[in-house]
Amino acid sequence: MGRLNWQLGQVIDIQMETAQTKSLKLAVPDWIGHQAGQHIDVRLTADDGYQAERSYSIASPPEETDHISITVERLEEGEVSPYLVDELRVGDKLELRGPIGGYFVWEARMGGPLLLVAGGSGIVPLMAMIRHRHKIGSLVATRLIYSSRNFEDIIYRDELDRLASDDRMLEVVHTLTRTQPPGWTGYHRRIDAALLGESAWPSEQRPLAFICGPTSFVETAAAGLLALRYEPARIKTERFGPTGGT
Amino acid sequence: MSEGFISRGFHRRNRQNDDSGRIPPGQYLERGFPVLTAGPTQHTPLEKWDFSIIGEVDQPKRWTWAEFQALPHETVTVDIHCVTKWSKLDTQWEGVSLDTLLDQVVFDANYVIATSDGGYTTNLPLDEIMGGKAWIVYAYQGEPIAPEHGGPARLLVPHLYFWKSAKWVRSLRLSDHDEPGFWESLGYNNHGDPWKEERYWGD
Repeated sequence: MGRLNWQLGQVIDIQMETAQTKSLKLAVPDWIGHQAGQHIDVRLTADDGYQAERSYSIASPPEETDHISITVERLEEGEVSPYLVDELRVGDKLELRGPIGGYFVWEARMGGPLLLVAGGSGIVPLMAMIRHRHKIGSLVATRLIYSSRNFEDIIYRDELDRLASDDRMLEVVHTLTRTQPPGWTGYHRRIDAALLGESAWPSEQRPLAFICGPTSFVETAAAGLLALRYEPARIKTERFGPTGGT
Repeated sequence: MSEGFISRGFHRRNRQNDDSGRIPPGQYLERGFPVLTAGPTQHTPLEKWDFSIIGEVDQPKRWTWAEFQALPHETVTVDIHCVTKWSKLDTQWEGVSLDTLLDQVVFDANYVIATSDGGYTTNLPLDEIMGGKAWIVYAYQGEPIAPEHGGPARLLVPHLYFWKSAKWVRSLRLSDHDEPGFWESLGYNNHGDPWKEERYWGD
């Protein structure tokens, strides 16, 4: 396989997802295709030559071939995400290369049942899997357990509602860890073993699990699934974000 | 190609990304210690832990935890560089040099494959891990290494991207030929020198 060359994508659409996150749709003329769950590297170059690189998960499904989307959460102390969220406009170009990562990926032929566990913006690569599944009309039984701080912080909320209401093989379980709107009937605590025990597929069905979120979230979720006797080799994880210490 | 491209409106924000010359291209300075693993964290009790050198050796060698602790050990302070872009400076580790371990076997090999609890593997040329370049470490900043950071013991090869520093390492298999490990089979560079930005296949 050849080198993953840097190439220029052009921003063709920007969607505000939440107060802190935006989805950027990029036309990438030489895109070689990707699998749901993979990411790209983005490189910014200042006029003094200073460069910064970061990785972002691809949110769009492989079936959309003329563009890719990334969803970016603005990190206050960040260097790249504030530029992508605050500065970038439709028509601007962005230097990127990819796709990257061949392990945290799901294709419908890998089967299921599929358990997706997302913390905050960890939903992004899992959304690519959900969109891929929908695009090809897959009937693989799928559950998403999605932890957000507040109702307003749920990324892709409307799309997830719509997809789940049209598809009896797709279930979305939300938990809101900080505040809940009046009449909220979902969970209202951080993910823990009991919550997973109630919401996750039983291990006898040999589920395939993907967990993405901040480190402590992923540690808790993975340990919880192991306690439910999930097979370690069928739990794939992706962790991100600062840890604040060691 | 995108030679000479400037990102409109982008300026350096992060002044602590200093130019001390210790941050390789495309990396940024991290103060915390992020965790990256492809699967669940492994928890191996010390009484079940051992470390082996196997493969192309005259006599395979195995150490229990107690035997391993009795080996001559060193404390090293090194900079580490993760392919996900963070670099962390002046991390302090304690453990046993691979020179010390390999001194105890007679072998004819050019490569090693490190294998960890959970099945993770990574491959390295022998000349990249001998001569004071690699260790099996069991303490970080004076404390036992936390499980999510690879405890009870991990490989430390600081001059290569940190996926080569396998967490939860349990054996080195010596081989006369090179075999790509886990990430090396999934698009990541076979060598992984951060100063040459060898992140992915073909870099």
